[in-house]
Amino acid sequence: MPHPIQLGGLDYAILLLYFLFVLGIGWALKRHVKGSSDFFLSGRSIPVWITGLAFLSANLGAQEVIGMGASGAQYGIMTSHFYWIGAIPAMIFLGIFMMPFYYGSKARSVPEYLKLRFDEKTRGLNAVSFAVMTIFSSGISLYALASLLELLLGWNFTFSIWISATIVLGYICLGGLTSAIYNEVLQFFMIVFGFAPLAWLGLRDVGGWAGLKVRLAGVATQQGFAAGTWTQSWRHMGSPHDNPLGVEWFGLAMGLGFVLSFGYWCTDFLVVQRAMAANSMSAARRTPIIAAFPKMLFPFIVIVPGMVAVALLQDHHGGFTLPLAADGTPNYNLVTPMMLGHYLPPGLLGLGFTALMASFMSGMAGNVTAFNTVWTYDIYQSYFAPAKTDSHYLFMGRLATIFGVILSVGVAYMAAQFNNIMNLLQLVFAFVNAPLFATFLLGMFWRRANGHGAFFGLLVGTIAAAAHHGLTLPVGSAVGIMKGGWLGAVVHTYPSAMAQNFWTALFAWGACMAVTIGVSLATGQNKSDQQLAGLVYSLTPKPAAENEPWYKKPVTLGLIVLAATLVLNLVFA
Amino acid sequence: MNFDLRLPLGLLFTLFGGMLVIYGLISDPAIYARSLGYNVNLGWGAVMLAFGLVMLALALRARRNRP
Repeated sequence: MPHPIQLGGLDYAILLLYFLFVLGIGWALKRHVKGSSDFFLSGRSIPVWITGLAFLSANLGAQEVIGMGASGAQYGIMTSHFYWIGAIPAMIFLGIFMMPFYYGSKARSVPEYLKLRFDEKTRGLNAVSFAVMTIFSSGISLYALASLLELLLGWNFTFSIWISATIVLGYICLGGLTSAIYNEVLQFFMIVFGFAPLAWLGLRDVGGWAGLKVRLAGVATQQGFAAGTWTQSWRHMGSPHDNPLGVEWFGLAMGLGFVLSFGYWCTDFLVVQRAMAANSMSAARRTPIIAAFPKMLFPFIVIVPGMVAVALLQDHHGGFTLPLAADGTPNYNLVTPMMLGHYLPPGLLGLGFTALMASFMSGMAGNVTAFNTVWTYDIYQSYFAPAKTDSHYLFMGRLATIFGVILSVGVAYMAAQFNNIMNLLQLVFAFVNAPLFATFLLGMFWRRANGHGAFFGLLVGTIAAAAHHGLTLPVGSAVGIMKGGWLGAVVHTYPSAMAQNFWTALFAWGACMAVTIGVSLATGQNKSDQQLAGLVYSLTPKPAAENEPWYKKPVTLGLIVLAATLVLNLVFA
Repeated sequence: MNFDLRLPLGLLFTLFGGMLVIYGLISDPAIYARSLGYNVNLGWGAVMLAFGLVMLALALRARRNRP
């Protein structure tokens, strides 16, 4: 079978040059890594525009670029909810309200914050589940990259795995977190320069936004929805039966906009680590807010190509085709790379593919840097080898990087063999993650919350998530461990898997909230007010109004982003 | 930290932009059929080149101003 996309000499030259730069940055940073805090925390010395872009980029992994193109094709402009509702508000909240405690507490990681605020067992639970999760995410990134390259370019699977893993390993071992952060910034610009021409050409081809609307009206009516469903983000959210997401506005706002989004952006060490590397408290607070500016505009370059693609498929325009998935439906995960091949000539095509590879690899690097920190500080130093020299922990960090990458490679091969196990694991991770935000919210804003409350709240939250999943089912699905209903009875049927997913998160969050409050009230506070200073809102002295110009004030910047996001929502409503 | 990211960033995009501009000038116009007839290598390459040069200029200026 011929491979759908061929790269030429110039394309490979661009690819090669990029990876030389990536490794070169690691090499140049090597002499700056003198101790473990340089390796794991970048010595808290990175300027804010860099941490901001890295914060955004750490999340711009495979799921983002590939998944958002696929969702653009399947759901249209409603995919923008994952940005304008599902990301921006949480990023602003993190910057304004939560960063003061992460950065100010001098905790070196999110689990360590839990240890300072609550107790050892809460930290242990979070550290171990987080470490396992990062390895699996990193392995799944690797697997997705290699299978994509195999399918589209005909690259050997094993070759792709090892070359990507080696490059990531190389630059992290050399320069640590700084190296990962600097390369994430490089990758941010690669994505922008590699994908913007695609959105532009696609829109030109279908006659601009107006032309796209006309064509997508056909797509929507053919599937039994109102004509504007693919090009209006809010007007069809009244009932789950009116839109392809199968979700109504309340479930979306609460499930995605509140629980899932805040749970990810505000508690995931992978992204928070970038802000913690900033060179001052003010810079740390501005990091997620600065990231929110480009984040707000990203739908235009990652979702629009997917929307154009489905219009092209509908009208058989320009000979665009999508390979079919195993079940005979179009494989939407290939929308974005196939669009690259459809519109970009040799030269820009190389740039686009380099950007794609870079995004997979930085997704992996983000996980590996978060893993080596949590492993070394929260597991190794806490339980196996306390009170060793700093250079010992630096050595352990590099060793953990090597092991992290080797384990990721193992996971990638496992994913290739047992796809179902991977899906199951991701489901379990979702159960573990869902309640987390309740714990942090109570921890930071309610001084009475204690360690027992947090620990049992997390456990019960996870169990509630699993139980909710086990008792409900998306309409039209068979009972099974993946789809739901596996507890023997189906008490509620949701209009879509996404709705089920949002409500699973809501139940987990509610259960964790209730149990944490209940157990905390029933047992005494184990920390004194003095110990909690700097960790809880009411016990932390308010920073004196700093004499910063308005463009450096987190609250002002945050309000600007929120206002702009509101305008975007209204324009595309 | 004594390492200005704008330097490698500027260098990389100056090189990428330069390569694409040159290729855009010498390549066969027929390859642009798929990009709707636009010579995107030339046009977008020039944008990248400009971005790269601005980053380099900023990095070099910062370096000169440092004692």
